Amino acid sequence: MATKGQISDPMIDPKTGEYAVIAPGHNFKSVTEKIAGVVLTSNTPLGWFFGLIVAAGVATFLVIAITWLFLKGVGIWGVTIPGAWGFAIINFVWWIGIGHAGTLISAILLLFKQTWRNSINRFAEAMTIFAVCCAGLFPVLHVGRPWLGYWLFPYPNTMNVWPQFRSPLCWDVFAVSTYATISVVFWYIGMIPDFGTLRDKAELPLAKYIYGLLSLGWRGSTRHWMRYETASLLLAGLSTPLVLSVHTVISFDFAVAALPGWHTTVFPPYFVAGAIYSGFAMVLTLAIPIRKFYHMEDLVTLRHLDNMAKVMLGTGLIVAYGYGLEVFMAWYSASHWEFFMMWNRMFGPMGWGYWILILTNIAIPLTTLWSRKLRVNVTYLFLLSLVINTGMWFERFVIVVTSLYRDFLPSSWGTYKATKWDYMLYVGTMGMFAFLFLLFVRLAPMIPMNEIKMMLPQTKIKPSENTVEETA
Amino acid sequence: MPVQEGIYGLLAEFDTPGALVHATEAASAAGYRRMECYTPYPVEEAAEALGVVKNRVPLLTLMGGIMGLTTAFLMQTWISRWGYPLNIAGRPMFSWPAFIIPTYEWTILFAGLSAAFGMLALNGLPQPYHPLFNAPNFRQGATDHKFFLCLEAIDPKFDANETRAFLEQFHAVSVVEVDL
Repeated sequence: MATKGQISDPMIDPKTGEYAVIAPGHNFKSVTEKIAGVVLTSNTPLGWFFGLIVAAGVATFLVIAITWLFLKGVGIWGVTIPGAWGFAIINFVWWIGIGHAGTLISAILLLFKQTWRNSINRFAEAMTIFAVCCAGLFPVLHVGRPWLGYWLFPYPNTMNVWPQFRSPLCWDVFAVSTYATISVVFWYIGMIPDFGTLRDKAELPLAKYIYGLLSLGWRGSTRHWMRYETASLLLAGLSTPLVLSVHTVISFDFAVAALPGWHTTVFPPYFVAGAIYSGFAMVLTLAIPIRKFYHMEDLVTLRHLDNMAKVMLGTGLIVAYGYGLEVFMAWYSASHWEFFMMWNRMFGPMGWGYWILILTNIAIPLTTLWSRKLRVNVTYLFLLSLVINTGMWFERFVIVVTSLYRDFLPSSWGTYKATKWDYMLYVGTMGMFAFLFLLFVRLAPMIPMNEIKMMLPQTKIKPSENTVEETA
Repeated sequence: MPVQEGIYGLLAEFDTPGALVHATEAASAAGYRRMECYTPYPVEEAAEALGVVKNRVPLLTLMGGIMGLTTAFLMQTWISRWGYPLNIAGRPMFSWPAFIIPTYEWTILFAGLSAAFGMLALNGLPQPYHPLFNAPNFRQGATDHKFFLCLEAIDPKFDANETRAFLEQFHAVSVVEVDL
């Protein structure tokens, strides 16, 4: 509910007290100009170049870390026995979780006819794809001989060797490669009409040519639109179980192992909720600076931020339930090893990780997100999104490390310490992600023009217009 | 493609979706069949006026899904049972519950690709050349803020003069001839 002081805000609907999904005053032409203008202008903002240079600089860490890894092998990482899965799987799960909000926004919210998704789905999908790119690096680099990573796929080869389909790691290959493929296809299909608009608006011959190729000759025919709409809905319907299954399968990497702290049936839903939680945090991390930088406040309104914050609150509560259930089951299962794992997780040498996790993932977000004032406070939300992203990284850290390094037998205990190469690789993927994302916002329409146009009041076909013939 | 002479059709330009839908309904009622609307976003009323609400994309998607399901399941069964049998802890060779996950993923993969590429194929895309792009005003607004109705010359009812007069009664912004 709006407070009295806010009612004069033109973005607030006086009837409902809610923020408008898009600001009043837009028409078809202005939407095109605003969104296509970012791409087609010849005056690239200096800030963009600055961002790109910084991102490229950070991404060089990735290049260096990977080169050294190829030369030396995975021994340069902190992974060892018993901590055989360190940053590689932590970062893999973290990045892929971030990707999930993009698919959630583009698929689940489309099926639920949530029109507020229209302003944010395109760059959320881009975020998904780049996050999956970053995620995919880790398992491939982790196999030891990354140049043979394609051995994971079932393909006919002269060695007559095939993958082992009973292994969750093989399921991962299927889940993640399907997820990446479908996300790219969904993203591209969604952009075809907008590429058509860019082709028609472009003035430089090269831009006209490239967008002409990308638009595949799209001309907005109604027959085409109907098939396009059907295909989008079907892709949404297929992506919805896909997004839930991908993180479920990733949770099976853990849950199928008989290790204390991993062998839990709560993992699939708890992982999926955590993925959506961190994914929405990342959408906010990206959306807030971009809407400010490109003055998109009238298309990505406070309503969007508010709604995303509500989704984070909901998924955050599920995650909190997951943490609670882990503690409960450690006690209720009466398993000595489960109980020790939980105690060690909280108060052992790596206990600080657990308490950072509780602070950043549960304590800070879930107490403050109830307040509408804070949910529409852009600065606060941005900072909070960073906090949640950190928290979700610590969640994966805690799950991976504190279960692995102290399992059943004290004689097999060890520890885990990431090396500088681990950190360089991790930070490097952030640079790569930012680099790809900056290229995307400059070269492709970051907000779907045709979907925004569908929400304008001008689309309403007035009954009076049907009587033109009689009055003519 | 041989060079063709003649006109593709008559293209009427409208400012609002309502005017377009009205003209389309009237053209349909007047007996025109070969016609098409061009809009910057999907206009369902136009599709209803043209009678093209249903399409074959769902059928293709279903076929793709079934193909993915059977391919993945049979592939895993063959590989695990005959192609490269691995006896690990005495588990059955045909351990089908473990095969469900890749099967599920490939069902979605094949169905999704069928939906996307099936849509493009049914639409005849990619198609870089189309006569409509010859129309001077089409590229100014068809993907931006204008609404077009094209009555095509291959319609038996089409007559350059009569059809133009028919289209002009709907207060179109312009009615232009589109060259082939």
